[in-house]
Amino acid sequence: MFGWEFPPHISGGLGTACYGLTKALLKQDLDLLFVVPKAYGDEETDTIRLINASEVVINTRDEQYARLMSRLSYITIDSTLIPYAGDEEYYQITSQLDQGTSLEKLILNTQKFEFAGGYGKNLMEEVRRYALVGAEVARQYQFDIIHAHDWLTYLAGIEAARISGKPLVVHMHATEFDRSGENINRQVYDIESVGMEAADMVIAVSNLTRNIVISRYGISPDKVVAVHNGVEPSEFATYGRFEKSVDDKIVTFLGRITFQKGPEYFIEAAYKVLKTNNQVRFVMAGSGDMFRKMIRRVARLGISHRFHFTGFLRGEDVDRMFGMSDVYVMPSVSEPFGISPLEAMQSNVPVIISKQSGVAEVLKYAIKVDFWDIDAMADAIHGLLHYNALPEMFKRHGKAEVEDLKWDHAGKKVKNIYFELLNR
Amino acid sequence: MQEKKSKTYTSSYSTDKISGIMKSISLYFQVHQPFRLRTYRFFDIGNKHNYFDEYSNRVAIQNAAFKSYLPANEIMLGLAKKHGEKFRVTFGISGIALAQLQAYAPEVLDSFRKLADTGCVEFLGETYAHSLAAIKSHAEFTRQVAKHSDAIESLFGKRPTSFRNTELVISDEIAGIVADMGFKALVAEGAKHILGWKSPNYLYCSTMYPKLKILLRNFPLSDDLSFRFSEQNWIEFPLTAEKYLHWLMNLNPADELVNLFMPYETFGLYQPASSGIFNFLNAFVDQTIASGNFAFSSPSEVAENHQPISGVSFPFPVSWADEERDLTSWLGNDLQKEALNKLHQFEDMILKCKNAAIIQDWEKLQTSDHLYYMSTKWFSDGVIVRNSSPFSSPYDAFINFMNCLSDLMLRVESACNEADTAGNFLLKTKTLKQTSQKAAQVKALKNSASAKQKKARRII
Repeated sequence: MFGWEFPPHISGGLGTACYGLTKALLKQDLDLLFVVPKAYGDEETDTIRLINASEVVINTRDEQYARLMSRLSYITIDSTLIPYAGDEEYYQITSQLDQGTSLEKLILNTQKFEFAGGYGKNLMEEVRRYALVGAEVARQYQFDIIHAHDWLTYLAGIEAARISGKPLVVHMHATEFDRSGENINRQVYDIESVGMEAADMVIAVSNLTRNIVISRYGISPDKVVAVHNGVEPSEFATYGRFEKSVDDKIVTFLGRITFQKGPEYFIEAAYKVLKTNNQVRFVMAGSGDMFRKMIRRVARLGISHRFHFTGFLRGEDVDRMFGMSDVYVMPSVSEPFGISPLEAMQSNVPVIISKQSGVAEVLKYAIKVDFWDIDAMADAIHGLLHYNALPEMFKRHGKAEVEDLKWDHAGKKVKNIYFELLNR
Repeated sequence: MQEKKSKTYTSSYSTDKISGIMKSISLYFQVHQPFRLRTYRFFDIGNKHNYFDEYSNRVAIQNAAFKSYLPANEIMLGLAKKHGEKFRVTFGISGIALAQLQAYAPEVLDSFRKLADTGCVEFLGETYAHSLAAIKSHAEFTRQVAKHSDAIESLFGKRPTSFRNTELVISDEIAGIVADMGFKALVAEGAKHILGWKSPNYLYCSTMYPKLKILLRNFPLSDDLSFRFSEQNWIEFPLTAEKYLHWLMNLNPADELVNLFMPYETFGLYQPASSGIFNFLNAFVDQTIASGNFAFSSPSEVAENHQPISGVSFPFPVSWADEERDLTSWLGNDLQKEALNKLHQFEDMILKCKNAAIIQDWEKLQTSDHLYYMSTKWFSDGVIVRNSSPFSSPYDAFINFMNCLSDLMLRVESACNEADTAGNFLLKTKTLKQTSQKAAQVKALKNSASAKQKKARRII
């Protein structure tokens, strides 16, 4: 299994989802090798065999290798990009570059590649390098199925499949259209396309994503299956509710402050609610490229005294935030799945989710609105704050509903897909 | 059971003609359309008081009028003229539907009036607002029933003597109130869990209020028309008048009644005109009368001409909805209960402030359909079977309804405050008058006393 991140070093839902699915698959009596670009050493490895791609030695003398590099060269972006390789090495490389050594040669001579593992500016190079690791892993280890999570790992998956001849499953956690709207990154789109074309089976995290895969990437519907994500049972519930320090009701947005998450719609809805109600506060938790723009918008609307930004929250602070919240809103413009409303529901917080989210397909005890319909969103917030029967009902049934969305269900489905592929 | 029916159908029914008593057939049709709510946001609360979607209400009632009510009435009128005394048909038209017809399709009221003039028609009493007030408030229930009876009387010249409650909701308690209001007969669902082994094809009476006769709906035969008539994979498709009449002829010879109760929209809406339902209706009535085995009767006539065979008791409310025949479609979840509670919480204030516009809006909000839209009953099946709900989810329906109700509450409070200040003024003047009267009396007493004293002195 090829992934890009693994708990606790995660920056989004991908790591969480991979972790949940991995554990569920282990319960299904499957042996897993999980490859990540960079392991930090504090991951949970007692049940999962984690392979650190940065430790994989690549035999650069292999003639396959050279061929591979040339095959992969189409994804090489701006030639000034230098792989991140520790300060010292970086200095060496740049100084040698100045002396006229070709970049290609330098990369080829590096046997181990130090992956940054995040989403830095050399992402494309890392993705390409990761593909080499994929090929090497395929050579060194025994396995029956290759499962690659999101476009970052697709090339690695393809290479591993080519070397080993084993079936390839690619997992669509998010498409480029979810991340960037219509202004897609062509290179990313191409990798996604190539990955899904090469795959024997494509798993999409929702029907919403499945439809995008079929309509926007032209993948045959026969080989695209929707497997809804699950949610980890939360330990938080046993702590009880955190006391909040203000009497006002609190309405929360929690997530990356990016185009995809629709933060501006949350602000406009907040403005509408605040016009008639001053017993409520709004919180936007998270960070992202629209962070400053959002602060400016809130200031311009003149609601800063009731609209608060917390910055990025992690771990217990997230639980705390949920504990203080009376309503959780996820106004995502495009959300392949969306785990955060499930976490809110586990903390007994009623949720409003956009109809443009995969999670809307599986939830019944949630209010669903179009992300652009700020009137409906404001009305739903008002309704949850004022008409007690509604939040009470959500609290009573919501938690049970979420608890039923187990990773085990996803695990079983994925296992069936594996066996179906193996029996072909 | 149904296979058996089809087999026997091949033999001509004239040969196995049933001797014995003539069975009574009651045709009863419900006419109702709710005032649908518009999308009413919380920022409208206190600002706007128009809760209803005039456009969609007009479209809905006119659609029903032109596709169903008018053509069906035309046929009924033809049958009444042709068969005169021998034909009977019964309608239950909610007050809310009357109001909408008046506003958007008055020609339908005219045609009902024409039908009424033939003398072949009985109109049933019910709650004016097609509400579930019977469950919640005795006082509001009786007020609405009286209001509805007034409306029917003024439109069609006759006060209802038989009753049907909203969605045929009935319990022993409700039967008691209905009996107290002077109704002779009641129309109810022939629910299996109430009847047990008994047949709906007899007249019953309420166990607790034996004076109240109860007609029970024969739901398989009724649903054959309203649900299954045009269903092509139904084993009995196509259903002809001959076949249907044949089923009726093959009922137990001792049975006395056949109660066919259904929504009037069955004709032309649930079963589109293209299915042949109108021709069926015409042919069925003609042939039934021609067969000489059945007498069309209205519920009141049935109650008069038949003897109740036994008592029947409804310890829990029963309706004609769903497989369960209970209230869960309207009061199955907390949202619905909350909405109904809040609806009646301010009942006394609303009626006291005597503001016609407020009372009217309150009645329109009481219509059971609004609660029906909040049902989450079908969640467990994974499908939301919501015919004609204008809302995308039960939660939207609830929030929208509560927004409207919140605004109504504000209006009630302000109207009551005005009324209160006016009332206080009256009260004050009254007490002032009283005190001055008392003072005068005291004075008079004193005077008389002193006069007596004077008298006494004189005597002495």
